[in-house]
Amino acid sequence: MEIRPILASLRKHRIPAILIVLEIALACAVLCNAVFMISKRVSDIHLPNAIDEQGLVAVTLRGTDDKLVGSDLPRNLAALLGIAGVKQVAVTSSLPLSQNNWGWSFGSSPDSVISDKKNINVSLYFVGAGADQALGLHLLQGRFFNADEFADSKFDTAPLPETHVVVVTQRTAERFWPGQSALGKTLYSMPHYYSVVGVVEDVLRPNINTQNTDKSYEDVFFPMSAAGSKGALGFYLLRGAPQDRDRIMRDAEQKLAELNPAAIAKGTTYLGIRAKYFADMSSMAWMLVLVCAVMLAVTAFGIVGLTSFWVGQRRRQIGIRRAVGATRGHILQYFQTENFLLTSAGVLLGMGLAFGINLYLMQHYEMDRMPWYYLPCGALALWLLGQASVFGPAQKAASVPPVVATRGIG
Amino acid sequence: MFAYYLDLALRSLKRNRVLTTLMVLALALGIGATITTLTVLRLLSGDPLPQKSAQLFYPQIDPNSKDGYLEGQTKPDLTMAYPDAMALMHAKRGTRQAAMAMTQAKIMPDKAHARPFFSDAVMTTADFFAMFDAPFQYGSGWSEADDESGAELVVIAGFLNDKLFGGTNSVGKTIRVGDHDLRIVGVLKPWSPQPRFYTQGMGSRSYGDGDAVFLPLRTARAMEMGPQDTECYAAVEDFRHLETAPCEWLGVWVELNNEGAVAGYKQFLDGYVKQQIAIGRFVRPDTSLLDLMSLMREQQVVPDDVRLQADLAFGFLLICVVNTVGLLLAKCLRRSQEIGVRRALGATRKEIFSQFMVEAGMVGLAGGVLGLAFAELGLLGIRHQPAQYASLAHLDLSMFAFTFVVALVASLIAGLLPAWRASVLAPAPQLKAA
Repeated sequence: MEIRPILASLRKHRIPAILIVLEIALACAVLCNAVFMISKRVSDIHLPNAIDEQGLVAVTLRGTDDKLVGSDLPRNLAALLGIAGVKQVAVTSSLPLSQNNWGWSFGSSPDSVISDKKNINVSLYFVGAGADQALGLHLLQGRFFNADEFADSKFDTAPLPETHVVVVTQRTAERFWPGQSALGKTLYSMPHYYSVVGVVEDVLRPNINTQNTDKSYEDVFFPMSAAGSKGALGFYLLRGAPQDRDRIMRDAEQKLAELNPAAIAKGTTYLGIRAKYFADMSSMAWMLVLVCAVMLAVTAFGIVGLTSFWVGQRRRQIGIRRAVGATRGHILQYFQTENFLLTSAGVLLGMGLAFGINLYLMQHYEMDRMPWYYLPCGALALWLLGQASVFGPAQKAASVPPVVATRGIG
Repeated sequence: MFAYYLDLALRSLKRNRVLTTLMVLALALGIGATITTLTVLRLLSGDPLPQKSAQLFYPQIDPNSKDGYLEGQTKPDLTMAYPDAMALMHAKRGTRQAAMAMTQAKIMPDKAHARPFFSDAVMTTADFFAMFDAPFQYGSGWSEADDESGAELVVIAGFLNDKLFGGTNSVGKTIRVGDHDLRIVGVLKPWSPQPRFYTQGMGSRSYGDGDAVFLPLRTARAMEMGPQDTECYAAVEDFRHLETAPCEWLGVWVELNNEGAVAGYKQFLDGYVKQQIAIGRFVRPDTSLLDLMSLMREQQVVPDDVRLQADLAFGFLLICVVNTVGLLLAKCLRRSQEIGVRRALGATRKEIFSQFMVEAGMVGLAGGVLGLAFAELGLLGIRHQPAQYASLAHLDLSMFAFTFVVALVASLIAGLLPAWRASVLAPAPQLKAA
């Protein structure tokens, strides 16, 4: 296809041509950034979490009497185990993505105290006996806590437990002791110190870090006895088959409410906790999808409108070309090539603009650098959009009969 | 003449319905998106206490160790430890001052079969209500003497009064919070400043319903009610007794009525920190005394996503305007012959220009009306979102008016280029072609 006549014709219609280029450029720039934002959110929403999310039900029990918890807690657990379909029960202080965060900073040398800025902040999970089973934790190295360790652990007046054992996640181990086995190593926040007895597969923190998802897995588990928990063990966990979880949740909430009339029991499935945590993020992702769709539609209609006008204006010219031997295919090709050239110019400008917008967003929001491959993907999408929108008007142009040329008026 | 242009514009718009619909629709979508996001943005970044915010200041100090300190760069923490908060309170350097922390209160309804429930509660000091202009429906706040003695009394919100006492005057009655009976001394009218400026750094949400229960700090602590967020800066021996622990959990607000008072308070604050450094409690000299709106800006209370949405909507509107320019241009160039005839019959360039601007304005108005419908739809969507601020998303009168300003400005900008092109067409060739 000869492109010189196309360029010559575009030069004559400079303003409409510039407008199409501008429209494509803006659409390309917004599209690349919006898709990048969507993909970041989608990957956050699907962060892996090594617990049995499908079968897990949690009931929070708040407002209990701390003095009676030593006897109430085992009684509550026994009652929950009686619910049909429940395989394991346990208590914890919090759950991944529950937004109920208890953080503390530890160091790996014996002189570490809380005010050391080089300490690493981790989320603490205090768990009762059987919590590894109830959560469905995957043990990678070492062991989980034994009965004595559960029985001996308690809260005194300090915010850290009176025990000397801890289980850490894989990424916590990697952060504190890169390249080494964590087993037998010690976490310090003097006067407290804890030896690592086990490493489990990565479990999310109660709040994730969207800037650096590796940090979302830095958490540790401590054993805790019912009597010494001072009200910290507020999450009752029940694990059953996924198809039973809604019924188990209702039964468990009712049972705990009956047994503890002065307290407030609230049940939810683990999937419910996860959905709630990511609700804002997923609605933002859907909004971005909507904006992209509408924006592409508006751009497509703009191209259709301008090209149709163009075709209308050039009916006579097209008729002459047809009369001197151009086939319908030639005419169709002419408009498609013209659109390809315009889109290419737009995409080129758009990629630069997309890069600029990305820089602006990095400066003003928590945003990473856009990987380069978003640019060619965005370009491809707009080429396709351009060809699709020009097809209708181009066909109309191709159907102009040669006889038009013989009429004086176009 | 204007009426004639209107008539011409209407005829022209009717002649090409598809193109007109496309233009109006694109413009309306852009305007709808912009107005929706701007409404939310304005709502969230608004002034929670317009009559008072310029006089409310938030002192901050930094008790952390030297470790990790960069002079002039490290910002002081948001909350402070009990001894410091009390020192500022007792110095009484402001017209009013109050210390506060957020907590959860377990409320036991007096009725049979009614389940207990948790409500958001503020533990604070006497000046809270007068300083923040919290309006009372019944009764009043408490006194400084009540603060000192830890009197067992409480101020409740109107919605809690409706729930527990059917909206009647409950002053003098008691309400069971935790396992204590507290005497009600005041009932607030509906009061929920947006953003909830006084909860910053206290582990509570920044938007949404107001708090249900307000009680004296000392009373709440005696009932073992704890703050929702605690930051410790040194090893803690006794976490239960937060009053002596090296932990920050209280926010202090002061009311300062003129510039002199602000400067004086800053001097006092610096002096206090110097004194603490001298006795070895502190090492970092930095202090901060921001007014309410500056604190909101510094804390970036408006969620990132909301600002991002507004930016995105503007980008989208820009695309829609460029699109409208293109379509208007196509429309007006198609009418070159008509323009030629009008010019030949004596219409000036200015008149042609005006005619096309009127047409663009009409597209804008139609886009504005439809855009308003889209904005209402968008806000309806936002009200069904899980966000804290969802229930606040309503179009107010000023945004309603602003919609038409945006629509007209956008369409007139879009019309400039086509109208100019139309007005500079030379009449002769067009007539010849006709």
